[in-house]
Amino acid sequence: MVCESWKTKLDTYLDGELPEQEMRTFDAHVRNCHDCAADVLSRVQMKRAIQGAGRRFTPSIEFLRQVQNSIAPKLRRNLFPGWVFAAAAVIVLVVGTLTLTYVRTRSSRDQVYSEIADLHVATLASSSPVDVISTDRHTVKPWFQGKIPFAFNLPELQNSAFSLLGGRMTYLDQTPGAHLIYDVRRHHISVFVFQERSLSAKLDGNALAPAKLPFNMETWSQGGLRYFVIGDASIADLDSLAKLFKAAS
Amino acid sequence: MSIGRELADGSFEQLAMPHFERLYNFACWLTHDQQEAEDLVQETYAKALKGFPSFRPGTNFRAWIYKILRNAFLTSRTGLKAAATVPLDLEGEDEILPAFKETPESILLQHSDGQLVQQALEQLPVAYREILLLCEVEEMSYQEIAATLAIPMGTVMSRLSRARKTLRNCLRAQFQKG
Repeated sequence: MVCESWKTKLDTYLDGELPEQEMRTFDAHVRNCHDCAADVLSRVQMKRAIQGAGRRFTPSIEFLRQVQNSIAPKLRRNLFPGWVFAAAAVIVLVVGTLTLTYVRTRSSRDQVYSEIADLHVATLASSSPVDVISTDRHTVKPWFQGKIPFAFNLPELQNSAFSLLGGRMTYLDQTPGAHLIYDVRRHHISVFVFQERSLSAKLDGNALAPAKLPFNMETWSQGGLRYFVIGDASIADLDSLAKLFKAAS
Repeated sequence: MSIGRELADGSFEQLAMPHFERLYNFACWLTHDQQEAEDLVQETYAKALKGFPSFRPGTNFRAWIYKILRNAFLTSRTGLKAAATVPLDLEGEDEILPAFKETPESILLQHSDGQLVQQALEQLPVAYREILLLCEVEEMSYQEIAATLAIPMGTVMSRLSRARKTLRNCLRAQFQKG
């Protein structure tokens, strides 16, 4: 084999890019040819020199971190930037506060309704449900004077289905009030009157009782007083009695 | 972000970061400027991450990301300027190179600290410099180089041969000066 035919393939041989069979043939040739071996040695030196010189630049740690941060999995960081979390936190806080306020108000209101119902039931179950027994409003109303810190009017029941049975003092939320009992078609209805400002619970101006209450009930505020009408009579009867009270006040 | 995408991001980091130092070194050789090299590498990783869904698993990732870096360089101001100075005979007919016997420059290489070779590399046209670096420093196969530079295998061999010849001429000229 003439050496010159290999000269053009020396670099390809040293790059390991000749076909496998040709590589083995070249290996054998270089071992026996001093001229080609010298060329190989010279080119290997050049390759090593280029390798050494070529590995010259090293990136800084800061730049490495910068690139790492730029390609790190974005996860939710990009989808939910800081302002979104801040806005979400504010929304959660506001909604939470409103919800808590609503729950507390509702809870407090429901507790009042529940206590009114308890007073109604407990009074009717009592052997002496009223302390002042009279169908005359002019007898019952004066009875409360000096017993409760406010005055109120009782409606005229003439030409109505209602009849007054009497009254008694009661307490709600440690506040004294008037408890009046009426009869309508064999149903007993309790009317409670309290000072609005003395009640800690925030109640709607006018509202019906919650559905879970076992009685019908209506409440309203008028002249600084809070009225509750409760009983097992129909809503229409309760509403009629409520209207009589509203008209009398 | 879907779980699949998160996994893909994780795979990208695992595939790409091992090449970071080499890519930076290659970028420095291309640009001759540290800041420009950092910008180039940063741009390369950003483009590679964005284009990663199109990368076909099982193919050569190194060639893929080097190709991105090189394309980014060629579209940069420095790259456009460098491309404009490529010798006209760069892709000419291959020629049979003379044997490279022990010469004054080969003796010099044995005793030099590499600075002469660095200077010679810097003087090379970027097309020669990059192919020498890919072959000798990155130790890429001809196939990888062809994929990275988007040129045929035959062009890889002829360009490498010319690059080596030009480098030797540069070294010889430096030796004669010295």
